[in-house]
Amino acid sequence: MSKFSKKKSGELPPVSTASLPDIVFMLLFFFMTVTVMKDSSLKVENVLPNANEIKKLEKKDRVIYIYVGKPTQEFQKVFGSEPKIQLNDKFANPSAVGDYILAERAKKSEDLQNVLTTSLKVDKNANMGLISDIKQELRKVNALKVNYTTYDGDAFRNLQ
Amino acid sequence: MARRAGAPEVSAGSMADIAFLLLIFFLVTTTIETDAGLDRMLPPIEPPDTDVIIKQKNIFQVMINMNGQLLADDELVDIKDLRAKAMAFLDNGGAASGSPDYCSYCKGKRDLSSSDSPAKAIISLKNDRETKYGTYITVQNELVGAYNDLRNRESQRLFGRKFTDMEAEYLNPETAQSIKDELKEKVKEIQDLFPQKLSEAETTSN
Repeated sequence: MSKFSKKKSGELPPVSTASLPDIVFMLLFFFMTVTVMKDSSLKVENVLPNANEIKKLEKKDRVIYIYVGKPTQEFQKVFGSEPKIQLNDKFANPSAVGDYILAERAKKSEDLQNVLTTSLKVDKNANMGLISDIKQELRKVNALKVNYTTYDGDAFRNLQ
Repeated sequence: MARRAGAPEVSAGSMADIAFLLLIFFLVTTTIETDAGLDRMLPPIEPPDTDVIIKQKNIFQVMINMNGQLLADDELVDIKDLRAKAMAFLDNGGAASGSPDYCSYCKGKRDLSSSDSPAKAIISLKNDRETKYGTYITVQNELVGAYNDLRNRESQRLFGRKFTDMEAEYLNPETAQSIKDELKEKVKEIQDLFPQKLSEAETTSN
């Protein structure tokens, strides 16, 4: 019997879980700091095309987004199924793009106003006519730096 | 007096649970990806003061119709062959060896009926209003790819490094300033060898 009792005393002590909250808090703070909340919900279908000669869009504070695509199912009854432009949270005409860019530009701090990029997030099934109208509007307000935002992938997959 | 002995200690045992709850919330809502895409400069709206006369042979015209078919220099071209054609055009270096436009680093055919030098060569891209955006991006991608391939070739020769890597490092905000200054000159040099002249004409509607 003494054999058994000896073994018991030699057992490992249980692992202390006292530092578990600390570890979890560390992870929590990491994710809290890297989280970017979506500021506008998408009202258009937005499957971007693929490209492989791409450059990263650094510094999110210097980017203005324009979304283009077919309205999603719930908005199709009101807005139809032709591709539309979404600025912030609402649908807009091409003529409103210029004012939107100027308004967004005015919101940024003065030293950033000259280095802004316009990111065009366009659904791959949209027509170029609408994009050309947007490009004309951008030229009118002198927002010449654009980025055709795409996914990283084989560009020939767009053709299917 | 017995009541003054102090409030009972609050149990911290559930702290981990609360923290886990928050952690899971942030895990689910996090998007770490950064956007990427093709950078382009639009032409300014004011027309240039003087009309620049460009020789026809220095323009490589690419047209996309509503069905996604390509017309490059008046020939029907498959989109997969576009990059090779654009590179042949840019790298042609047709100017004679004595002239100021002579391109010493070009490895093309030196065809007199094609572009004089990379600095003179212009690619003009036209599209129809009905062209699909996906097709347009593929064509843009191939044309940018043609420039990048040529720049990589020269960069490999001069600095033993790919141009696209150098540019990515130069644009990365985490790169140290001293490395950036060094890269800036190299990037500039390569860009001057093959300047990106991609004109986007206004859309035709028919």
